[in-house]
Amino acid sequence: MKRNLLRLAGKRGAWGFPYLIFMLIFVLLPLILVGVYAFTDHAGHFTLANFGQFFNQSKDINTFLYSLGIAIITTLICILIGYPIAYILSNANLCKSEVMVMLFILPMWVNVLVRTLATVALFGFVGIPLGEGALIFGMVYNFLPFMILPIYNVLKKMDKSYIEAAQDMGASPAKVFTKVIFPLSMPGVISGVMMVFMPTISTFAISELLTMNKIKLFGTTIQENINNGLWNYGSVLALLMLVIILITTWVTDSNDTSESAGGLI
Amino acid sequence: MMKKFFAQAYLWLILILLYAPIVIIAVFSFTEAKVLGNWTGFSFNLYTNLFEGGVNNSLMKAIGNTAIIGIVSATFSTILGTIAAIGIFNAQNKRYKMVMTSLNNIPILNPDIITGISLFLLFVSIGVTQGYTTLTLCHITFCTPYVVLSVMPRLQQMNPNTYEAALDLGATPFYALRKIIIPQIKSGMISGFILAFTLSIDDFEVSVFNLGTNGLETLSTFIYADSRKGGLTPELRPLSTIIFLTVLILLLIVNYRSAKANKKQTA
Repeated sequence: MKRNLLRLAGKRGAWGFPYLIFMLIFVLLPLILVGVYAFTDHAGHFTLANFGQFFNQSKDINTFLYSLGIAIITTLICILIGYPIAYILSNANLCKSEVMVMLFILPMWVNVLVRTLATVALFGFVGIPLGEGALIFGMVYNFLPFMILPIYNVLKKMDKSYIEAAQDMGASPAKVFTKVIFPLSMPGVISGVMMVFMPTISTFAISELLTMNKIKLFGTTIQENINNGLWNYGSVLALLMLVIILITTWVTDSNDTSESAGGLI
Repeated sequence: MMKKFFAQAYLWLILILLYAPIVIIAVFSFTEAKVLGNWTGFSFNLYTNLFEGGVNNSLMKAIGNTAIIGIVSATFSTILGTIAAIGIFNAQNKRYKMVMTSLNNIPILNPDIITGISLFLLFVSIGVTQGYTTLTLCHITFCTPYVVLSVMPRLQQMNPNTYEAALDLGATPFYALRKIIIPQIKSGMISGFILAFTLSIDDFEVSVFNLGTNGLETLSTFIYADSRKGGLTPELRPLSTIIFLTVLILLLIVNYRSAKANKKQTA
């Protein structure tokens, strides 16, 4: 017995087994449970009533669509502000300092609630009313670093000879950017979108703090249902989120998410 | 020249905007006013209040919980993740490798709220009372993937023959792990540990669903509950300032380490 165990330990491929078991219990099984709860009623019988409830309740659908809109706007603004930053940071002619890069990434590691409260404090200080505008502003504030970093990583690693080749062939700077640099940086943009879009659509604390509970986002709806013991209906909403993640992952086909997430380090 | 000037100006403008809230919090941590924005004279009182803990016992308790859960879950994630990374890296079976990496990516891709709710459903389904242990397990769940990702590159840089050589010379797998593999991937493990720790102390959305009902609070959930009550505890200002500085120092260490490692590699 001991001999067999030793032989198994000798095969390093087997060293992943403990983690595999751990992930099956704490990653896969919980997700399956979300599905199970979504398709059952209180007594545990199969039902589609939870889904019916969602599609009959225009209130929750509206919240969902509204959150989707806010998330899209936030993501777009993050790209518009973040892309030039990533571009400047990655360009040695425009910015030499590595510290600069760190300064942009740093806020990412400060507690989300602390950052949001700081934003609320700033708005209070300058006299900006809390509401929809503050919400979008605060979201951009919170998630901008998550957009900058993956784009920066891709731009930094980009093979510069493509750009030189385009220039040698007589492409104008604008053309070099639109035809060479931007298309090549797409994987970074996609990772950035994933990292900004998903959290913005599902967050609840940020929106509550930034709008004084005036505006409800989808994350809040999910959280309220779970907290009120409506697990089955809450699971339907969570499942909806999971479907969106699946679709975004599938559409963006981000095989390199692991790499970009690793780039956060 | 002009272009460089505008580029720099843009960077600084965004940086100032990005840091303005944190700076305001830090500045107003040196005055005693209950409401942020009122300056009632310079004082260290909020800092001393924070550390005496008499005023805010529950805040101190929450900080303690956050630190303990952070250290315990970072330690376990580092051990689990390192062993797993070695396993995944050396696996011969392509499909097994793919399953492992995809499963590993799930907690990274999932929004925290989904991770939190799904784990909550797991615990209520098997009838476990939620508390310290379950919360730590949750944190290990979302921290380990990042450890795996930070150890993996170090394994790829390693010479694969050294481990085999050690075995051929009669080392047991465990001895070879200790003497050959770990020294070479140590920097990845340390970065992974620090990353796991920061993720754990930062977490809010997973924790809030898995605190249980025994009055367990972490720092994030304390802040959340506090802000919902209306007035924010003024002691949170010095606390945020301290947290920010701690994170800044930790990040500087991590970045310095990885920069050094990269230099070594290219040299």
